[in-house]
Amino acid sequence: MKPTAFARRIRAHALRMVHGARASHIGSALSIADIVALLYAPEGGWLKVRAEDPGWPERDRFLLSKGHACVVVYAALAERGFFPVDELGTYGQDFARLMNHISHKVPGVEFSTGSLGHALPFGVGKALAAQTQGNSWRTVVLTSDGEWDEGSNWEALMFAAHHRLGSLSVIVDANGLQSLTTVDQTLRLEPLADKFKAFGAAVAEIDGHDPQALREALNRPHPHQPLVVIARTTKGKGVSFMEDSVAWHYRSPNDAQLTEALGEVGDA
Amino acid sequence: MRNAFIDELCALARSNPHIALVVGDLGYSVVEAFEQEFPQRFFNAGVAEQNMTGLAAGLASEGFHVFTYSIANFPTFRCAEQLRNDVAYHGLPVTVVSVGGGLAYGNLGYSHHAVQDYALVRTLPGMTIAAPGCPMEVRACLRHLVRQPGPSYLRLGKAGEPALHANPPALEAGRWLRIQGPANPRRALLSTGAALAAALAWAQQPGHEDCAVYSLPLWGIAAKALQAEQIAAFNEVIALEDHLSDGGFGSWLLEAASTAGLAGRLRLRGLDAKVCGEVGSQAALNRLGGLSPG
Repeated sequence: MKPTAFARRIRAHALRMVHGARASHIGSALSIADIVALLYAPEGGWLKVRAEDPGWPERDRFLLSKGHACVVVYAALAERGFFPVDELGTYGQDFARLMNHISHKVPGVEFSTGSLGHALPFGVGKALAAQTQGNSWRTVVLTSDGEWDEGSNWEALMFAAHHRLGSLSVIVDANGLQSLTTVDQTLRLEPLADKFKAFGAAVAEIDGHDPQALREALNRPHPHQPLVVIARTTKGKGVSFMEDSVAWHYRSPNDAQLTEALGEVGDA
Repeated sequence: MRNAFIDELCALARSNPHIALVVGDLGYSVVEAFEQEFPQRFFNAGVAEQNMTGLAAGLASEGFHVFTYSIANFPTFRCAEQLRNDVAYHGLPVTVVSVGGGLAYGNLGYSHHAVQDYALVRTLPGMTIAAPGCPMEVRACLRHLVRQPGPSYLRLGKAGEPALHANPPALEAGRWLRIQGPANPRRALLSTGAALAAALAWAQQPGHEDCAVYSLPLWGIAAKALQAEQIAAFNEVIALEDHLSDGGFGSWLLEAASTAGLAGRLRLRGLDAKVCGEVGSQAALNRLGGLSPG
């Protein structure tokens, strides 16, 4: 299954999971569905991973910094065979390993997050290890835009540039919304690309719902610099009544809304 | 203790290629020996403790045993969540090293007084606290931590503490080390970390002839289970620490004693919170706080 179809599939799983668990954060998950699909699609997925051997030493390392958007990653991992697809139905249940922020106890997940600004420093450590040991695998960290309010991310980017960590790629899910209102009205981040360049990163800016554009951005050589891809996205993408809405950071779809949303997503 | 630390760390790193040192722009005249001998495994993270701790966890997840190094509260409180979530929760071999535990930087003021660090670190499941009382215990702690790598906190004094053992003693987490005392002591002066000096000073005071002095350099949540049987051997145990009595070593011991009905045998001799905000030498502040005899 190629990225575009895979994105439909994991969006549908994500909707069913948050509906079943009455969980929040569906808007954040739909925002990154196309990115996660490009990374994990069974055909043409960008990451080198092996479902039958989650700890394969040569795998690429993927870290989800916005851990609250975990449902699409769980869905992608299940579809790839890291664990049974049926287990997605346990999401958010008492003592389930699929908890509501991404958990390293799930096969294929490298790192637990939930507090923002943690995965990039951790990823910098991984990329530094790869560089020190001469390994060729890549580290990819997916952050939100709002979490660039956190100083730890800027500390980490500075370190990555100083140490010329070319195996590190950061994707920023720039949907322009954060917890209460827009990013612009909360704490203005723009000009984001200029800031990342000033910190020493190679920067690409793309439509975050265009898998081919993301593939080209990730493939662009950046041998002595970390890469930051600013992926311009729409929060809630794919479900018209959830798009660009702060409310769907929190709400969970009711039965009728789920049916309508699944129809719009159009998973076969 | 700093010299024993870097000397022992270098010795261990010669036979263990996974040991790495990440400093938070501190360690002048201490860490250079490691940097010169192992330049590929030495990193200065700059004045950025959150990133230092997060990247240490990342390195550790790829097979390194990472030592982070800074002073006082910087490698703990400044990056408490990285320690909690990234290091301890993931069970990664990162040893946070803090120089100047307690009131070692007494004259530098409250920012540099590490008197609440145990309270923070001891609530993290899986963390081993290593608080040696002398340079030989520093070496012994390091050997233990490298042999059993995991989330850990190494707290070093810097008062030029004398060696109290001829060689690095054998250590077991939670097991008290006998330092000195009468043959059949009725009471114990039990210290952790650099408070060992205060324990020895109290032992010289009138009325303490029946006290033996013990050091407990390795402890944490998991080591609580060993405390009751050791406390039960004494009529009274006086717990000493260069840390506030609130939430520190004595509180930990009290919790362990309480479950066995032995809490009444404990006396806490930590620092009173009135030292907070006071400035002075380590000796003066330890007296003011009630840790050292008048």
